[in-house]
Amino acid sequence: AALKDGLRSQVSAALKEGRVTPTELCQRCLALIKSTKFLNAYITVAEETALKQAEESEERYKRGQPLGILDGIPIAVKDNFNTAGIETTCASNMLKGYISPYNATVVQKLLDQGAVLLGKTNLDEFAMGSGSTDGVFGPVRNPWSYSKHYKEKSVPKSHSEDEESNWVITGGSSGGSAAAVSSFTCFAALGSDTGGSTRNPAARCGVVGLKPTYGLISRHGLIPLVNSMDVPGILTRCVDDAAVLLGSLAGHDPKDSTTVQDDFKPFELPKLTDVSKLSIGIPKEYHAPGLSSEILALWSKAADLFKNAGCKVVEVSLPHTHYSIVCYHVLCTAEVASNMARFDGLEYGHRSDRKESTESMYAATRREGFNDVVRGRILSGNYFLLKQNYEKYFVKAQKVRRLIANDFVKVFRSGVDVLLTPTTLTDAAPYTEFIQEDNRTRSAQDDILTQAANMAGLPAINVPTALSERGLPVGLQFIGRSFQEKQLLTVAKWFEKQVQFPMIQLEEVKRHDSGVFQQQKSAAFS
Amino acid sequence: QKVSVEVLDHLEHLALVDFRDSEGVERLQKAIQFANQLHEVNTDGVEPMDSVLEDRWCLYLREDDVTEGNCTKELLENAREKAEEYFVAPPG
Repeated sequence: AALKDGLRSQVSAALKEGRVTPTELCQRCLALIKSTKFLNAYITVAEETALKQAEESEERYKRGQPLGILDGIPIAVKDNFNTAGIETTCASNMLKGYISPYNATVVQKLLDQGAVLLGKTNLDEFAMGSGSTDGVFGPVRNPWSYSKHYKEKSVPKSHSEDEESNWVITGGSSGGSAAAVSSFTCFAALGSDTGGSTRNPAARCGVVGLKPTYGLISRHGLIPLVNSMDVPGILTRCVDDAAVLLGSLAGHDPKDSTTVQDDFKPFELPKLTDVSKLSIGIPKEYHAPGLSSEILALWSKAADLFKNAGCKVVEVSLPHTHYSIVCYHVLCTAEVASNMARFDGLEYGHRSDRKESTESMYAATRREGFNDVVRGRILSGNYFLLKQNYEKYFVKAQKVRRLIANDFVKVFRSGVDVLLTPTTLTDAAPYTEFIQEDNRTRSAQDDILTQAANMAGLPAINVPTALSERGLPVGLQFIGRSFQEKQLLTVAKWFEKQVQFPMIQLEEVKRHDSGVFQQQKSAAFS
Repeated sequence: QKVSVEVLDHLEHLALVDFRDSEGVERLQKAIQFANQLHEVNTDGVEPMDSVLEDRWCLYLREDDVTEGNCTKELLENAREKAEEYFVAPPG
């Protein structure tokens, strides 16, 4: 409960008063990363540089001159953001060993405010996927697989081997970041969100996942998937912390011409007590096939919560929701085909030994460097962009995109302030079950509730709501109006306070290969 | 309809991912089939949408001033094969 109040009121205060030092915080996080290595949340741990950053932060606190709330705060960054001097792999063979000469703007902003960069987190290769299972460094394990809540509800196994195979996925593609925040190894993490990649794992790992409005936060240095939909995502343990991160990251960047030029004013979230002036919309199409009955019930309960508090709760319709996945499929693969063209082995990254011709070198490099998911999308994308297909598929999809975006415009124009929907269809699946379907099928299934917000560029946030019958996190999603993050987060914060989502209680895990995992202690206070 | 060999050849020439085995082709067929659902939607009179920010028209031009550069060394550092200030590609 102490940690839930987060950065501004707890950790920052503790640092300022000297009750804990940045070095201590950093060391504890690093130790926790080591003892939770089996989660496979981190690809690279930047121990030396992190400790150095922590020391520098400590000096500033000693002088009474911290840079801000984020000074000394350990954070993690998804491995598709460029980080100078630290390997950036996108969980792909194509970029293994790639050391970027520059920091992504969002990374630079965090460092400029004194944040301590602990490391780079695991993901699906090139952020393509919804499980964080398809990267070259292996899948990420959901920390809740090892929680008291999940273990109590599991069918008892006779020995630890079976326990091992029961672990559940984090969701994706920012699974490493979600797992890192969920297991207390960092205070906040950056993810990315193109079809739900921040909100999906946030829901499955029981953390807050914010997808900001497209154009609010710079994408410079975020290795692009779909230029017209990608946004950096924010993962934290409470809504207040998401607001702090947003405040430090949002704003125009001359290096990213798709960021809006309006002034962004960081805000503190008011404590909303009276929601009676709010209008919450419940889009009926989000009652999608495959939505579990318990999530449906939670969604309904949440709507009642708002109703009973005096809110106007109305059913609304977003009639083209059903087509967002198909639309995404075409637009995404088309943009991917273009974005992945830069990986040819010449300037950076993997290079094949084939020498017969430039083309054969390119083809071999790309075959060796990319997994099947990536190659498949590049091939499909090129198909949809062929002259004979361009109108039929690509332009058609762009038209459908407008219809999807217009659905939201109509609903918000009718007086609705915020939409309330489920974030995922089910709680986290066991890994063995998840991999029985291929990546595209899974993505198509899992993205249905999150994708449309990317189509329309709207801000959306996952708020952990309750535990499922299996003892795993379930979250609900709020979608807001363009650039109205303050309103969106204010409502999310009110809801968060009402539901009082339980804190994870990680059990002791006896591993046959390494040491024990400690009973969870708060990373900042003991 | 199945994708013709000519189209596949052309695609591979464009995509350069060496994914012409039966698995790659099957994936492509499935992807096309999936995408065909788009044609169920009536888009008469609808303009294609390039960017969600179209109303704000934020794609601007900046002044033609050189503000950064001269980073040849950094740019060459990550290349596997180089000679002087050139990236080296196989001939042909």
